[in-house]
Amino acid sequence: MMHESFEPKLVAFCCNWCSYAGADLAGTGRLKYPENIRIIRVPCSSRVDASLVLRAFQNGADGVMIAGCHPGDCHYDTGNYHTRKRMVLLKSVLEFIGLSSERLLVKWISGNEADRFQATVESFTRELKQMGPYEKARDLRCAK
Amino acid sequence: MRIGVFICWCGSNIKNTVDVERVAQEIKKLPHVVYSSDVQYLCSEVGQSEIGRAIDEHKLDRVVIGACSPRMHEGTFQQVMISKGLNPFYVEIANLREHCSWVHTDKEKATIKSIDLVRKAVAKTKHAIPLYSEQLGVNKRALVIGGGIAGIQAAIDIADAGYPVDLLEKESSIGGKMAQFDKTFPTLDCSACILTPKMVEAATHKNITLLTSSQVEGVSGYVGNFNVTIRRRATSVRSDLCNGCGECVTKCPKKVDNEFDQGQSKRKAIYTLFPQAVPNKPVVDRENCTYFKTGKCGLCKRVCTAGAIDFDMQDELVERAYGAIIVATGFDLNKPTHLGEYHYGQHPDVITSLDLERMLNASGPTSGKVMRPSNGQKPKRVVFIQCVGSRDKHKGNPYCSKVCCLYTAKHALLLGEKFPDMESYIFYIDVRAAGKNYEEFYEKARRQGAKYLRGQVSKVESLGDAENRLLVRGFDGSLGEQVEIEADLVVLATSIEPKADAKQLASMLGISSDQNGFYTEAHAKLKPFETQTQGVYLAGVCQGPKDIPEAVTQASGAAAKAIIMFNKGQVKSVPTTAIVNQDLCSGCMQCKPVCPYEAISKEQVAERVAGQTRQRVVATVNRALCQGCGACAGLCRSGAMDIGGFTSRQLLAEVDSL
Repeated sequence: MMHESFEPKLVAFCCNWCSYAGADLAGTGRLKYPENIRIIRVPCSSRVDASLVLRAFQNGADGVMIAGCHPGDCHYDTGNYHTRKRMVLLKSVLEFIGLSSERLLVKWISGNEADRFQATVESFTRELKQMGPYEKARDLRCAK
Repeated sequence: MRIGVFICWCGSNIKNTVDVERVAQEIKKLPHVVYSSDVQYLCSEVGQSEIGRAIDEHKLDRVVIGACSPRMHEGTFQQVMISKGLNPFYVEIANLREHCSWVHTDKEKATIKSIDLVRKAVAKTKHAIPLYSEQLGVNKRALVIGGGIAGIQAAIDIADAGYPVDLLEKESSIGGKMAQFDKTFPTLDCSACILTPKMVEAATHKNITLLTSSQVEGVSGYVGNFNVTIRRRATSVRSDLCNGCGECVTKCPKKVDNEFDQGQSKRKAIYTLFPQAVPNKPVVDRENCTYFKTGKCGLCKRVCTAGAIDFDMQDELVERAYGAIIVATGFDLNKPTHLGEYHYGQHPDVITSLDLERMLNASGPTSGKVMRPSNGQKPKRVVFIQCVGSRDKHKGNPYCSKVCCLYTAKHALLLGEKFPDMESYIFYIDVRAAGKNYEEFYEKARRQGAKYLRGQVSKVESLGDAENRLLVRGFDGSLGEQVEIEADLVVLATSIEPKADAKQLASMLGISSDQNGFYTEAHAKLKPFETQTQGVYLAGVCQGPKDIPEAVTQASGAAAKAIIMFNKGQVKSVPTTAIVNQDLCSGCMQCKPVCPYEAISKEQVAERVAGQTRQRVVATVNRALCQGCGACAGLCRSGAMDIGGFTSRQLLAEVDSL
């Protein structure tokens, strides 16, 4: 069911060297994508730990995206491999504790792939709209 | 804490889509924000002094900027902080332009998003900690990877500045693609005549060491202090003994295709790459050498009076330290066998431009005679086809290879000069002749009689006549109709492509490639020499198609960057490094194996517990080595590891603010 009027909140952790630059390039190229995304800059996707993802969901994020360099392209050689392993684990933990793993998206977007960044934000926002608001992980104590 | 917030209009770039005044007003309501305003151009002199004035007037100790990407002006605003005696990491930037005003159209939604982004930056800066760089020593020695014209120029410039350079080349001679060319546009200078003196200068320069037949196998370290593992291939010829007499080459019975002549001639299994090779000492091609295949022959060894042939020579791995690395690895040319319509590889008289270039060269396979490969006859009519594999992603590459228009004009001119009775037809999409004297050069080719047909070729096929000629079917845009031209020789301007192994080198160096595989510069406009990895610079076509003067310019620029660093003698370490809270650290050392820079090690600390002194193992970070990726912080189970500028508290505060 599509929640037409529902505007999901999407928190994205973007690697400074690739996807953050890719998002910058999307801007320079005046590509358009939904306003739902809020980008948090991290030095490398491997800086993101589970607590940040969980905290985002707790705080009312409907989706979390972690974007890093393509495998083999990491600015720090190996960071994205750690990200891949950790996020696979986190996804299975999310499922195990009864949360949705589909709301956590891990994507490789390089600094030149402005169109890929745009397409990812568009499709993920669309999917989140379809999934509807995410109340399950929300901590009411965090409600503003 | 006294936070000042400045929202930049960026002229109309932000202001047109974001209600900047409303953002400033909303943010002013936040706790600790004592000043909030909007400014027309924050990065300008006026904007910067406005920040400075507000810092003084309102006694600000934190600054939040809502403007363009921090990747653009973070340094600018950090300088403002430093000039006011504040730590540069007390400024935080919300990206309102690239991540908001430029990608959205709905003003209300963009304004709300901007308020969120600035609020997020305010939340982050509240937890900012002051960070400092350390001064690190620089190893004043450069490595230039690739011995083409760009690499040679870079090496000579650095060497002239007084610093030692190693010039590494995969082939057995430096010179690169330019050594294969006959003439250069637009002056028609003989390529070898301008290149070989440079090659000799590089080889004889007291500060340059040539590492030919060598490849990079591994790179570690960081700016100022790289360690590079280099494989020096076994050439089977001891360069310290060889006097370059060439007797071995003469006597070698084995002949193989000569790659330097594009396979149009034969060379021996022991050979020099070309007659003017530098160093001019032969090497053994072990894949083709009879001795290495069968164990018999060894003729070269028998005739060598210097005793320089050594079949037992082994590849050598050498480790060298450098302060800067210049990448000048050049390009490959596409072989258009996959594009069936051009008949390349199916008819011997369909050749590439580089094939023709070798043919035109007086020291080339035909001694400068232009002939049809099929029968050795002089062609009467030559058809040139432009953009083969370029400017059409369905045929290969979406980009323009940049030099083909001009070298084809050059070929037409040279053919016309040498053989006034020869006809040249050129199929083209557009003629791109931007460059000093380029348009005039192209005009000259036209005036001399080259027939330019604006349109693309649909098919090249064999005519099947007695002379085995070709038929080129194409479209002439100015006539607006299909044309068919009979040709004796078809020359394809094939696209320039990144080296086949460009990707491997990129991952060793930690630099990135663009969607076409060329290396990415740090900034498309303002940092054409640098890469995202400090201390690694780019020169020549490895960064994108360019002509010789552009490659040389970039090489000198890249060299200047290395020289500047060597002159300073110091580099600043990354300030945003890992920080261990040793009180929290449990000493599990899980962080150690994930660190790509081996910056984490064990440390014994003594602490007093219940009146007793106890020894405990904790992690410690070498700040000179750490580059601040945060792989350790993302994994630390005790929450003891953090990254300056991206601490857990800062990131959590950002998440919480949304």
